[in-house]
Amino acid sequence: MTAAERPRPKVGQKVVDMDFVPHKLEEEEVCLEVKNFRLYYGDKRALHDINMKIPKKRVTAFIGPSGCGKSTLLRCFNRMNDLVDICRTEGEILFDGNDIFHRTVDVTDLRRRVGMVFQKPNPFPKTIYENVAYGLRIQGINKKRILDERVEWALKGAALWDEVKDRLQDNALGMSGGQQQRLVIARTIAVEPEVLLLDEPCSALDPISTLKVEELINELKDRYTIVIVTHNMQQAARVSDYTAFMYLGDLIEYKDTDTLFTNPEQKQTEDYITGRYG
Amino acid sequence: MSSEEFTHHISKQFNADLEEVRSHILAMGGMVEKQVVDAVQALVEGDSGLASEVISNEKQVNGMERRIDEECTRIIALRQPAASDLRLLVAATKANTDLERIGDEANKIAKMAIRLSEDGAIPRGYIEIRHIGNHVNAMLRQSLDAFARFDVEQAVDVVREDKSVDVEYESAMRLLVTFMMEDPRYIKRALNVMWSLRALERIGDHARNIAEQVIYLVKGKDIRHLPLSTLDDNDLVNDGEGV
Repeated sequence: MTAAERPRPKVGQKVVDMDFVPHKLEEEEVCLEVKNFRLYYGDKRALHDINMKIPKKRVTAFIGPSGCGKSTLLRCFNRMNDLVDICRTEGEILFDGNDIFHRTVDVTDLRRRVGMVFQKPNPFPKTIYENVAYGLRIQGINKKRILDERVEWALKGAALWDEVKDRLQDNALGMSGGQQQRLVIARTIAVEPEVLLLDEPCSALDPISTLKVEELINELKDRYTIVIVTHNMQQAARVSDYTAFMYLGDLIEYKDTDTLFTNPEQKQTEDYITGRYG
Repeated sequence: MSSEEFTHHISKQFNADLEEVRSHILAMGGMVEKQVVDAVQALVEGDSGLASEVISNEKQVNGMERRIDEECTRIIALRQPAASDLRLLVAATKANTDLERIGDEANKIAKMAIRLSEDGAIPRGYIEIRHIGNHVNAMLRQSLDAFARFDVEQAVDVVREDKSVDVEYESAMRLLVTFMMEDPRYIKRALNVMWSLRALERIGDHARNIAEQVIYLVKGKDIRHLPLSTLDDNDLVNDGEGV
């Protein structure tokens, strides 16, 4: 760019907005609200009185050492813990204002609206196409034209379409780990959930695949509320708008990611993110 | 957060790396401090030998600046520091630049000292130089102490002190202008004295910048370019529990 081409600001004109304003949690629309939530495995209390609001169409990350309860809490959002016999909960989690533990709630419908992706990619031993179409078929969608459309849409959404469009009938297990993980994400978004829960989605992936999944998270957050659990703090810092630090079943600090990673309030948070022993 | 807490990382190498940056900044600070004292002394006493020493030491200060920046860059690349560790490195890089600039100013004063010693000048305005010199030196020492101890209170004092240096500088300028009007033959020398005063005033500004970095490092608050009243903010000094 030559000097002549460079834009000349007028006197008093603001060229760059200098005031950096971090996201404000209080001003966000709430998607999930956790109220006085406790969780027990048998006699052992795994989560103590958690209170938090997860904002709509934002990325919220949970960080904390192993066993701090972050995955446990994440799994509560679509009631995966129902499958654990000794697990018992108190308090409530409101999804769009309704308690997800209410007896009238249809769990299958809840899990459609709140999709989950796990640590290890778990595609079904079927074709790529069938993997994505699976959830749709369960919903009773069987028309090939509609299925084709939705599969393509989901694969594009998961940034996988260009890599697999010529081999949709290949077995999904033949894909690379990073592709499998994105396939699982495609399978999850095919049923158009409102919330995406990601439990360590990149821990089994190489750095390049990790970046692709992170890029995908960034694209998806315009459409979905995303909650991610990660051990990789830099990843949490990169992808999330809000970060919650948990420790031994307590929510220690929960605020916008920029502040949490540059100037945390709690000493425990500071010690954890800087790698000190607390 | 206190200065001891830097030694609590799980990685001992990380501890050592951060500690090294910190001690290098302090070593450089000590060196620069001596440069300023020597330069002012050389000027006031017309000691051109001491002034040449200051000029030849300048190379060392420059070398340290490069070394410290390199260390900081390496740690950021290898460790991806967060929170207070990150703030330490950012503050260190910035304080590093300020220290080197102070070195440059000391160098300027030393050059002026050689020029003035050749003139065999009547020492007019030297009282002011000595006075402001002592003042900014105290500020510099205080800002380095604050850096060493993570002492916000002391840093706040330095930031406030800078204002009074500015006032002293203004009145010294007025005095020199009077001298020049009284005796035009003095103008050439008076200008050299003025440049030296100007350099000292800049050293005060740099000391203030370092103090501001200490506040950022300890409290995570950026108070640069804000009115002095920001310093009265209660949670800046009072709560000792900030991380």
